[in-house]
Amino acid sequence: MTTLLIVLPLAAALIVWILPLNQVSAGSLALLAALAEVGIWIQLLVRYDFAAGGLQFSDRRSWFSDLDVSYHVGVYAFSVWLIGLTVIVMAATIAYAFWAGRERTRAYMGLMLFLTGAIVGVFTAQDLLLFYAFFEAMLIPLYVLVGVWGGPGRMGATLKFVLYTMAGSLLMLAAIVVYGLSENTFDLVKIGQSSSQWIFLGFVAAFAIKAPLFPLHGWLPDAYRESSPEVAAVLSGVVSKAAAYGFLRIAVAKFPEPAHDFRAPILALAAVGLVYGSLLAFRAPDLRGVVAYSSLAQMGLITMGVFAVNDLGLDGSVLQMVNHGFISATLFLLAGMVERRALTGELGRLGGMARGRPALATLLMTTGVIALAVPLSSAFAGEFLILAGVFQRGWGWAVVGALAMVLAAMYVLRLVSAVLHREVGPAVSDAALDLRPAELGVTVPLVACLLALSVWPAAITQHSFRGDHGGADVSAQFK
Amino acid sequence: MQHSFGRPQVDWFALAPVNALLLAAALALLCAVLVPRPWRKDVSAALCAAGYAVAFGFAVALYVRSAQGHGIVADAIRRDRFAELAGMIVAGSGLVAVGISYRERAREDHVAEYYSLLAAAGGGMAFFVAANNLMTLFLALEWFSLCLYILCAIDRDRLGGLEAALKYLVIGGFGSAVLLFGSALVYGATGALDFPGIAAAGAEHDTLLVFGLAMIIAGFGFKASAAPFHMWTPDVYEGAPTPVTAFMSAATKTVALVVALRVLVTAFPHDADLWTVAIAVIAVFSLVVGNFAALVQKTVKRMLAYSSISHAGFMLIAVAANSALGARALLYYLVPYAATSLGAFAVVAARERELGVPVTYENMAGFGWERPLLGISMWAFMLGFAGFPLTGGFVGKFYVFAAAYRHGWTWLVIVGVLATLVSLYYYLGLVRAMFMRRTEDLQLAPIGGSPPRDALLQTSVFACLVVTVGSFFAVQPLIDLAKHAANSLPF
Repeated sequence: MTTLLIVLPLAAALIVWILPLNQVSAGSLALLAALAEVGIWIQLLVRYDFAAGGLQFSDRRSWFSDLDVSYHVGVYAFSVWLIGLTVIVMAATIAYAFWAGRERTRAYMGLMLFLTGAIVGVFTAQDLLLFYAFFEAMLIPLYVLVGVWGGPGRMGATLKFVLYTMAGSLLMLAAIVVYGLSENTFDLVKIGQSSSQWIFLGFVAAFAIKAPLFPLHGWLPDAYRESSPEVAAVLSGVVSKAAAYGFLRIAVAKFPEPAHDFRAPILALAAVGLVYGSLLAFRAPDLRGVVAYSSLAQMGLITMGVFAVNDLGLDGSVLQMVNHGFISATLFLLAGMVERRALTGELGRLGGMARGRPALATLLMTTGVIALAVPLSSAFAGEFLILAGVFQRGWGWAVVGALAMVLAAMYVLRLVSAVLHREVGPAVSDAALDLRPAELGVTVPLVACLLALSVWPAAITQHSFRGDHGGADVSAQFK
Repeated sequence: MQHSFGRPQVDWFALAPVNALLLAAALALLCAVLVPRPWRKDVSAALCAAGYAVAFGFAVALYVRSAQGHGIVADAIRRDRFAELAGMIVAGSGLVAVGISYRERAREDHVAEYYSLLAAAGGGMAFFVAANNLMTLFLALEWFSLCLYILCAIDRDRLGGLEAALKYLVIGGFGSAVLLFGSALVYGATGALDFPGIAAAGAEHDTLLVFGLAMIIAGFGFKASAAPFHMWTPDVYEGAPTPVTAFMSAATKTVALVVALRVLVTAFPHDADLWTVAIAVIAVFSLVVGNFAALVQKTVKRMLAYSSISHAGFMLIAVAANSALGARALLYYLVPYAATSLGAFAVVAARERELGVPVTYENMAGFGWERPLLGISMWAFMLGFAGFPLTGGFVGKFYVFAAAYRHGWTWLVIVGVLATLVSLYYYLGLVRAMFMRRTEDLQLAPIGGSPPRDALLQTSVFACLVVTVGSFFAVQPLIDLAKHAANSLPF
């Protein structure tokens, strides 16, 4: 079943690439595959035994035996949620791309499907080399998606994005070689814990760039601004979670000692990123800038939760990963819809869009309210758990986190009011319609997921680690 | 010499790949006089291809039947799996090279000679990889080098072709002379010509022997185009006809590295502490020079030439590991590398034929969308060179790093990783040029009509694509082949 989840989108990608379909049939085929993927995930969710926990639906075949590298995939309870986030967001973005009509549809849809398979692969790989292969495979479609279909500054954006990411990934490759050979296996389940600080830092470098953590976020604003809205949604919503997953699955679980030794500096960087990202988001002149920098802030917060390494922090960070995935995907898609109408994302030229556009206003407002973590929202639950978790590691961290919640309220409200309220901006004409049914069809399910999580955040927090003991599960390396 | 001058027992079966290629060369040469001009090209190309195909078949049969490696023809050459696996790579490369060459427009005259020389070069290489003493080694080296010198110059009206050939001749001749002088010193020090004999007679750190060893390493460095012996590479790769460049980059490099490993491991085990360090230093040089010089290239062939220097560096890391794992890494690496390299040059050849001018980053613009098969293949080849997953280049690099780490050289892993990072700039630069720039944005010379269909070249490119990607998935069978081949060497 796990293998099916990986192979289905890859096979669909190949079909879309090879068959000479027209724009409509290529798009429908891709959307159909993405929806089938969601269906399989629902099956997985229903059949996953949360009471037992641990690795389920695993599939292991030798890839090359002399170094004990295998194709080993499987699903842990918390990966179920991350896969769910991936397949839902990917389906929504593919649907949006189909509706918006991208040039060279077959190539575009194939790349999106390929990306889906690679991301699901990252969340399910239980072999270090396989994990690396999927981690890198994500980059190939992203590179083209940003570079070919991006805005005018796409060349610089892709170059920066690839060089940053690969610098981290290659350090991780060196770390994987050293770690795997010294333990004589590359199997993530079998491999023992290590106390080597260098190997740990190799992994952390890769994830810190991908997330990104301050000060390694240089690629982020360009990549998020220059790519098409749905690709930005995938980048910030899903791809960044691969990094958080890596922190959790490898850096913390396999390197408990170095993770302990480096806790203070990593928490400090995450906290700086949280505050700095929030401030930049507050100052950003355009829609995408706000969402991009808020993504930097949120990834800092999630990293804090992971490196708190206790039950509260881990539960909170998994919940927040899913929350932020849906929130930023929705916001980027909405930003794309606004840009489509106003032909600009500059906040100074927008405004007053609420009048006569109730659907847009409602969706943006709802997502915004959840994003700023008002009590009863799922983001509030996630952030509160993370803060409670880091509080146990030192009250100072929690104070910084709480400060960031205030900043989040500031930038979200600024965004919402700049787009929806105030007097009508020069870029907004009366001809700009409210969201079309197709746009609603894309965004409403994402917001519905957020509302569902707000109603029942325990769906994730109590079903992510065995018996709700994340700390114990992670220390036992998820066995 | 310990051998009496009796007539040695000849194992004709073991010589079959070489003889098949020699026969093909001879028949192709006869075509030049006996076959009427309209059919000459087809017949000679078919003969050359048949020679390579038969040689490939014999190499496979020999691989299967040579589980126990042993010397043949008075121990002058070895019949073992190591040689046969290399022979398979050479024969496969030759076959693909014929496919790339077929439509080369400029070569309507001397076409039979061209295919004859191409087959003869392959025969020399198949002989070279089996060499078991310094005489046969040098003989085979000159044999295939002479063929390649002429092949580089065969298009006399090609801009830079003669210059390239002359440069190759002079520098290659210098490299051969260095190798020969080194061989003489080794013979002087040990009184033996065959590799096991040198190992048996050689004393540790004998000055004369070490000098000879150093010169032999330098000689191989020239052939494998490893820095600092690389200076001929960019000019020759650029000036030679592109199909010849493709063949050289895949096959010459393969045999030079494979034979270097065999000589170093079998003949110089005493001085392993010296040559492993020397090879590691050369590897680092190659990585640095190859990658940094490739960054500033404007023509694709020169970029690929420098990239081949950097790949020599990667493969020399595997040689320097001096272990069974290293040998496995080298042999595995060569398979996707040869395919990737042939494929990349084939795409360059296709573009060259369309435009009629040297292929640069600029005039590759839009190519990916115009010719999807070639464009996507080129994309895959660039990812393969850069060591991205879904290509065998990734697993190859992983094995090389594993071998270096097992040898205790973590620093070499770091150097390799950094070199890979630098290489991304120019490999992805080409992808960028092909897919992300629009043809209309650039002031290009008008092409004039649609390019001629070239089914053979496209088939060759597709075959290379299949090997490049397939070697990522089929690691186990390839590693098993490489493992059995590496067992022929005394580790």
